[in-house]
Amino acid sequence: MAARELLAAEAVTTFPATGTRQVWRRLRTQRAAVAAGTVIVLLLLIAAAAPLLSAIEGQDPTTYHNDLIDSASGGVPVGPFGGVGAEHWLGVEPGTGRDVFARLVHGARVSILVAVGSTVVQVLLGVTVGLAAGLGNRLLDQLISSTTDVMLALPSLVFSIALMAVVPSGFPRPLLLTLVIGLLGWGGTARVVRAQTLTLKELDYVAAARLGGSSPWRIARRELLPSLAAPVITYAALLLPSNVVAEAGLSFLGVGVRPPTSSWGQMLSSATTWFRADPTYILLPAVLLFATVLAFTVLGDRVRIALDPRAASRLRVGVHRSGTGPGSAPPLRSGTPNSKEEA
Amino acid sequence: MREYLIRRILGMGGVLLALSLIVYAVFYLAPGDPAQLACGLKCSPAQVHQVRAQLGIDDPVHLQYAHFLQGIVTGRDFSTGTGVLHCPAPCLGVSYRTGEQVTGMIVDRLPVTASLALGAMALWLTLGVGTGVLSALRRGRWSERLLTVLTLAGNSVPVFVIALLLLMLFCAQLQWLPFPSYVGLGEDPQQWFWGLLLPWVSLALVESAKYARLTRSSMLETLAEDHIRTFRAYGVGERQLVTRHALRGALTPVIALSAMDLGTMFGSAVLTESLFGLPGLGRLLVYSVNVIDLPVVVGLVMVTGFCVVLANAVADVLYAVADRRVVLS
Repeated sequence: MAARELLAAEAVTTFPATGTRQVWRRLRTQRAAVAAGTVIVLLLLIAAAAPLLSAIEGQDPTTYHNDLIDSASGGVPVGPFGGVGAEHWLGVEPGTGRDVFARLVHGARVSILVAVGSTVVQVLLGVTVGLAAGLGNRLLDQLISSTTDVMLALPSLVFSIALMAVVPSGFPRPLLLTLVIGLLGWGGTARVVRAQTLTLKELDYVAAARLGGSSPWRIARRELLPSLAAPVITYAALLLPSNVVAEAGLSFLGVGVRPPTSSWGQMLSSATTWFRADPTYILLPAVLLFATVLAFTVLGDRVRIALDPRAASRLRVGVHRSGTGPGSAPPLRSGTPNSKEEA
Repeated sequence: MREYLIRRILGMGGVLLALSLIVYAVFYLAPGDPAQLACGLKCSPAQVHQVRAQLGIDDPVHLQYAHFLQGIVTGRDFSTGTGVLHCPAPCLGVSYRTGEQVTGMIVDRLPVTASLALGAMALWLTLGVGTGVLSALRRGRWSERLLTVLTLAGNSVPVFVIALLLLMLFCAQLQWLPFPSYVGLGEDPQQWFWGLLLPWVSLALVESAKYARLTRSSMLETLAEDHIRTFRAYGVGERQLVTRHALRGALTPVIALSAMDLGTMFGSAVLTESLFGLPGLGRLLVYSVNVIDLPVVVGLVMVTGFCVVLANAVADVLYAVADRRVVLS
């Protein structure tokens, strides 16, 4: 008896309740989280101030500089490291002579906007659909669950390539990218939210609210959403970096942004023809893309730990788990956005 | 078990049917007149009209969809103006561009994508599981930290970035390897291997990071289970504990995930294929999308979707076979 009480007391002291402030404090004490956060804030600033930054440099992303490329060699920039100099801080694009710095900072806009936008679409849709499935009657649940199954079975890359190509070219491309990535990727969130809702629904306080006459909408908003926040944020943090990669991939394949708009994926794609003559031109967008994805991944990982320190310490120490809380699902279930749930 | 399988297969059929409906509905809204595309720019309106009739795109949409489904199940006939082209089941239609049968085009390119996917999977499993087990055993030491950082980094590099860097390093700068080009396994196994080496490595480096993380966490969970604790109490050595007793349980989710990833790979190797110029399904897709060859696009979406659905079912069954505690329902 005493042992059990002792364990309970320990559980209370070592696992503090999760509130916004505690999560924030835990995040701030993690060096990796602070570093990743700094990188992301910098990127957001760069993206927001892209026109300003290129104005300070005195260049714009679309002007051709034929005098800066060597037409005899097919368009290799004149000067060291792809034409780096006081006027063009990071050199010029081979073949066209457009300013690389200006194109990179404008490309950051596309990457960040599309990645954040599509994550928002995925999460909003996923939470709505998941809640409806979890709270609705059996028929609705089955209908929604099988729709989710179909969505998850959709080969999303193949489908988005095809979609990007058939939509008329008048449609604004970054918006289209956001919608395509967002509309094809809500299945995972919906599953997580549905599963959580089904568990939460059985808890006493939710039952009390229901018996007290609250409408499903009110229950969803007042009782469920606060408890859903942690798993949804954890999941969204996994989606965000994969959306950055998705946008870059589509632009890399030539179905993303249209010229003369620049995006990191598009720059990498045009670099494929130049990597012998001008290796610098590949490295810049590659490094930026890598840094962005890494920063989002690290921050997402730390946010997950901050939201559920028990799961993290369990994994680190290998303590036997007994509960069935959000963090203690088997790895396959809590894994990547691609992983499937039922087994 | 049998009941489960039957239900599962029926479910797969349902999902595929829904998939085909979505795909057909979406791509039917595509702009551009397929007959004009198939015929070329110099066609007269009369010729275009004739092509429309041949392609059967004058029929109402639902009828076309019915024909499409019928083609998959029983095959169908296309009139070519002078004769009849029989397209045996499973018929996915005829290319607007070349008049080739879509099924044949896909089957021709399947070995390339399969070589790429299977080879990459062998490599990423070796790399990923090895790293994962190692870092689970060395938890708390600096080598585990290093492995964690490496897998995190690997997880963050998009495959086309790594592929591009490898290409730049090994083919352009060091010139250790020739630029990859695909040669069939049956033609010349050695060239097949060298041609696919860089694509495999690129895919495996990216994927193995995910597997390392999964193996590590799954290993740690298994090591914390009661039977392992009992073995440990009996004095079984740590190394033997891992290789003999824990690995089987720990690998269950890994096996299931790799079955799933293999299925997905048939559709998601597009980037790798187009970067290395491998003539697989992905390249066919990008090409067909650019020339708006709808039957090929629809066929590819259907085939890759089928791979995903099949892989998910296989993964679930494997999960239950490998871990008897899992009950299929």
